[in-house]
Amino acid sequence: MLGFILNALLAGLMVAAIAGPLGCFVVWRRMSYFGDTLAHSALFGIALGLLLEINLELAVIMACTVLAVVLVLMDNRRGLSTDTILGILAHSSLALGLVIISFTDNQVNLLSYLFGDLLTVSTLNLAWIGIATFIVMVLLFQNWNKLLAMTLHEELAQVEGINTKAMRLLLMLLIALIVAVSMKVVGILLITSLLIIPPACARTFARTPEAMALIASAVGCLAVCGGIASSWFWDTPTGPSIVVMASLLFVIGRLSGPGERA
Amino acid sequence: MNSNTLLSARAISLQYDQRQVLQNISLDINERQIVTLIGPNGAGKTSLVKIVLGLARPTAGSIERRKGIRVGYMPQRLHVDQSMPVSVNKFLNLAANARPERIDSALDEVGAGSLKNSQLHSLSGGELQRVLLARALIQDPQLLVLDEPAQGVDVNGQAELYRLIADIRDRHGCGILLVSHDLHLVMSATDEVICLNQHVCCHGHPEQVSNDPAYLELFGKKDAETLAVYTHHHNHSHDLAGEVISSDDADKPSGSGHHH
Repeated sequence: MLGFILNALLAGLMVAAIAGPLGCFVVWRRMSYFGDTLAHSALFGIALGLLLEINLELAVIMACTVLAVVLVLMDNRRGLSTDTILGILAHSSLALGLVIISFTDNQVNLLSYLFGDLLTVSTLNLAWIGIATFIVMVLLFQNWNKLLAMTLHEELAQVEGINTKAMRLLLMLLIALIVAVSMKVVGILLITSLLIIPPACARTFARTPEAMALIASAVGCLAVCGGIASSWFWDTPTGPSIVVMASLLFVIGRLSGPGERA
Repeated sequence: MNSNTLLSARAISLQYDQRQVLQNISLDINERQIVTLIGPNGAGKTSLVKIVLGLARPTAGSIERRKGIRVGYMPQRLHVDQSMPVSVNKFLNLAANARPERIDSALDEVGAGSLKNSQLHSLSGGELQRVLLARALIQDPQLLVLDEPAQGVDVNGQAELYRLIADIRDRHGCGILLVSHDLHLVMSATDEVICLNQHVCCHGHPEQVSNDPAYLELFGKKDAETLAVYTHHHNHSHDLAGEVISSDDADKPSGSGHHH
């Protein structure tokens, strides 16, 4: 009884803790639609995983990674805006995923992928999430200043010896990895909110990038605890409850925070 | 390459999308020399700067930099997303080779010591340009590349900024490549002017260039007039279409000097 709640809590906290700092870059670099696109392609990964009968986590990570690399390579595209390309990739991969799933014999509970199924997190799921968050944390920490420098001014960073192309790819891969493993927590349709809302809430209180990252982590963890509690007491769906909690914290933060953010 | 030459570009050409952006451009930058690049929008100034910085490769020609040269770069402008909280101090700390004492001395040198703990968002245009200049100085550069340093700075501030740049050259003995279209302000602090419009229209000392037919043709007499106003007077000038306009209009100070 307590076991599955503990698993859920651990999984949620790990994801939220790392989604905070990573999400800051998503907010600073205006990549939220990119996060959405990755999330949609995760369903394509699920479909492939079912079809080829391989581990679903691995399939999703692979699908997201391939998409991230494709996007970096398509950087020099002509004629279409990034916005449009993301839109095409997001919805065609989602649709393709749904079509492929209809061919498999599996009785798949689509809702659990779309909106998360935190309370059924297994120990194996937990291991995947743990490994992924650890990798993301180490790489993010190691490259933090380089990523900041690139975010502030790409060419200036390049002149000072930072390989900005590699950094861009790294950031996309890290987001892909987190998106892939947090599917269990809040589901495909809500993953981006975990990357966006806590940093947005933290912005009101932060005067340094690091403070913003830490506060975002804390807000995310609080939202996870609140969401699971609400699910426990009122039997609400866990993933959406977490997002509702985060949104509530955002509103409270806006209303109570310092009005002038100089 | 000469012993005091920092950078030497020979016959640089750049083609992009089958469009000739730069054609057969050669330039040298020496120690203690301020080289100013002027030219209309689309003349290829930014492309040339990128090639000088090593951010882009020319389609033809060669570029030679002194071995181990330290380059400071001041980009045209810095846009920081409102969602990112960054102080001036943090921004300068992100520079390669940043050390606390270097940050302090660079800030003092550009007269921005009091801004150290301000947020980047709260700075005015002129303050932000000073902070960007400080960031370039942290590299203790032998070559400074300044891309439109006076952008968003009011006229008084511009004159001050160019004086500061000349001072920096004197103190550090570095070479400076300056991109500008504030002709009249830049000229006084410049050793060599290169007038660019895909190819080098003309080059030489500021006074030489300002009387060069190629230069006058490129900018029209009116800009040339604003520049020359310090030395001599014409009784008429030309507008953008080349029409003669009365000297009353032509004498209007600044503001009219910007066609781009």
